[in-house]
Order: sequence, then structure tokens, then C-alpha cells
Amino acid sequence: MAALNVSVVSADQEVWSGEASMVVARTVEGEIGILPGHEPMLAILAGGEVRVTLPGGEKITANAEDGFLSVHSNDVQVVASRASLA
Amino acid sequence: MGAQLRVYRQKIKSAQTTKKITRAMELISASRIQKAQARVAASTPYSNAITRAVSAVASYSNVAHVLTTEPERVDRAAIVIFSSDRGLAGAFNSQVLREAEELTELLRSQGKEVVYFLVGRKSVGYFSFRRRDYERSWIGGTDSPLFDTAKEISDAVLEAFLRDAADGGVDEIHIVYNRFVSRITQVPVVTRLLPLEVVEGEEEPDAKNEVFPLYEFEPDAETVLDGLLPVYIESRIFNAMLQSAAAKHAATQKAMKSATDNADKLIKDYTRLANEARQSEITQQIAEIVGGADALSSAK
Repeated sequence: MAALNVSVVSADQEVWSGEASMVVARTVEGEIGILPGHEPMLAILAGGEVRVTLPGGEKITANAEDGFLSVHSNDVQVVASRASLA
Repeated sequence: MGAQLRVYRQKIKSAQTTKKITRAMELISASRIQKAQARVAASTPYSNAITRAVSAVASYSNVAHVLTTEPERVDRAAIVIFSSDRGLAGAFNSQVLREAEELTELLRSQGKEVVYFLVGRKSVGYFSFRRRDYERSWIGGTDSPLFDTAKEISDAVLEAFLRDAADGGVDEIHIVYNRFVSRITQVPVVTRLLPLEVVEGEEEPDAKNEVFPLYEFEPDAETVLDGLLPVYIESRIFNAMLQSAAAKHAATQKAMKSATDNADKLIKDYTRLANEARQSEITQQIAEIVGGADALSSAK
């Protein structure tokens, strides 16, 4: 199965990047889960946590504040002015 | 000790003290360049991600936005000048101010009124010395800019842009800052920030995926663009501040290096002169003694 290339980026640094099997984020319209092969998407994030599931099943949570989420051919970018690993 | 010699020794001493200071400043800014450069590099993924997202929205949707549409008439333009808080940086501040003045002249010749937003104590000093008006200024923290300051600046700039021209709003925003090219070169850059010129169709469909992907926007393209563009402006301003900070440290290092070299040269020159003065003093004393002895022996 293809994996997602995820990067969590804040204004002054790249917080986390790597491969993942699933990303769950909260957008202004509700929670959204992204699996490999998701259609291209741009969404505005509501403040809250972003959960990244690694291929091994391990989970990483990050806090992102006013940012957005972009998905493009298995590249997922969580971009926020302030973001940190929880 | 002769008066001449004393003067030279004083000059040598003063050049030595100055050299110590400039040398210390050179070393300090040399270490700060690296930190500032690292911060520029660390913020690059963010601005890349935002630029990609903005160009994606622009390419895959047909939304007209206030920030991207050219106004029919431009009456007033704003210039944001990024200078430093401290001097001793060679041409750093003067070149950015010169660029700003050239831009002002150009805008005035097009019949536009110009208002200023100033960042850094040096540009504020330049303006208040000439008793010129400016809209707002930010002082302090140009050595290691904070994202909060960038946010504040972009909020102020956007507010001015969105205000009606009749209430003192502006229709165009330009930024002038020093870009860090290398430790030796820093170039003043002038760019128009608003209205945005979004580069469309940056991503070509690749071979295996021959159709343009259909983007999904959540909640919708307009809202996404609404949220994205201010962030884009913020990141551009933050980037300008970081670049300017790195360039400032590089300029200081260069200026202090040449000041140290100059002090070295002065010390060398004055040491030569002091030696010469000492030697001629001794020669003169010997001549006097010999002359005196001669006079004594001939008097007998």
C-alpha cells in the first residue's frame, strides 16, 4: 500500500515530516481522515490536534493553530503559523 | 619625550582600542549570521507550502479575490521599509533607503501618493530627522525577528489595503528589504506585495497523471483563498524580516572586518611615524650634546 508523505510545518520550522498511513485533522467543517490515494484537497483547519498514524501503527499528535491542510498526490502538508508536537 | 612622539603614541593607543571593539563586533556578527541563516532556512518549508497552496487555488479554481484583483485606479501606494535597529553595517540601511526613495519618485511620477510603514529604528530616524510623515513604525527586534511582529505588520498592511481609498486606504503595497545573497553580497530588493501576482499553472500534470487533478476545497474555494492569502502575506513579510536580519549581520561583519583592517593599517603607519620621531629626537639630542661638548672644549 502506498504511504502518505506527511509534513507538519510551522512558520519558523518544520515540526515533523515522514511517512504515514493515515492523517486525521479537524477542519472548519469537521474531522477528516486522509488515507493514501485521497483526491487533491485544500482545507482550512480549525485549531486543534492533528493525528498522524505511522505505518507501524504508532501515533503522533501535533497541535496546529490557524492553518490549512493540503493534499496532493499522497503529499500531505499541515501548515500552521504555530504548530507543535503534543 | 617630544610632543610629536606623544601625539603618535596617543593615536596608536586609540586605534588599538577601536580595533579591539570592531574585532569583537566582527566575531559576534559572524556567529549571528549562521543563526540568522538557519532561521531563514527553517522558515522555507512554510513559505514553500503556502506558495504551492496559493498557486493551486489560483490554478484550479476561478475565484476572483480582493487581494488579487488589480484596482482600476491607484491613488495611494504604501511602501514597507525593512531597515535595522542599529547602524555600523556599512551601506545596509542607506541602500535600502535609497531604493525606497527611488521607488517613491517612480510612484509619485505616476501620480500616486506614497505612505510609509517603517521597520527598524534606522529608517524611523531617517524619516523623523527629515520631518517626514509615516503611517506606522515598528522598532526593536530586527536582529532576531519574531513571527508575532510579522503578523502585526501584515495585519496593519492588510487593514490599510482593505480600507477605502477615501478613508486613507492604500491600493498598492510595496516592500523594500535587503536580501541575503551571501556573506559578501546583500542586495536591496523591491517587490510589490499587493495586489498579488499569483503565478498560475506552476504544476504541470505529469506523465502518469495526465489530467489536472480536481481540487476539493473545504469549505469552498473562496473561503480557502480568504484564509490563505493573509497567511501568504504574513509569510512573505516574515521572510523579508528574516532575510533582512541575516543580511544585516553579514553587512555588519563586512563593515567591522574592514574597520579592523583599517585600524591595523593605521597602527602600522603611526608606529613607523613614531619610530621616526623617536629616532630624530635621539639624533637631535646627540647633535646637541656633541655641539655642547665642542663649545666647551673650544672655550678652554
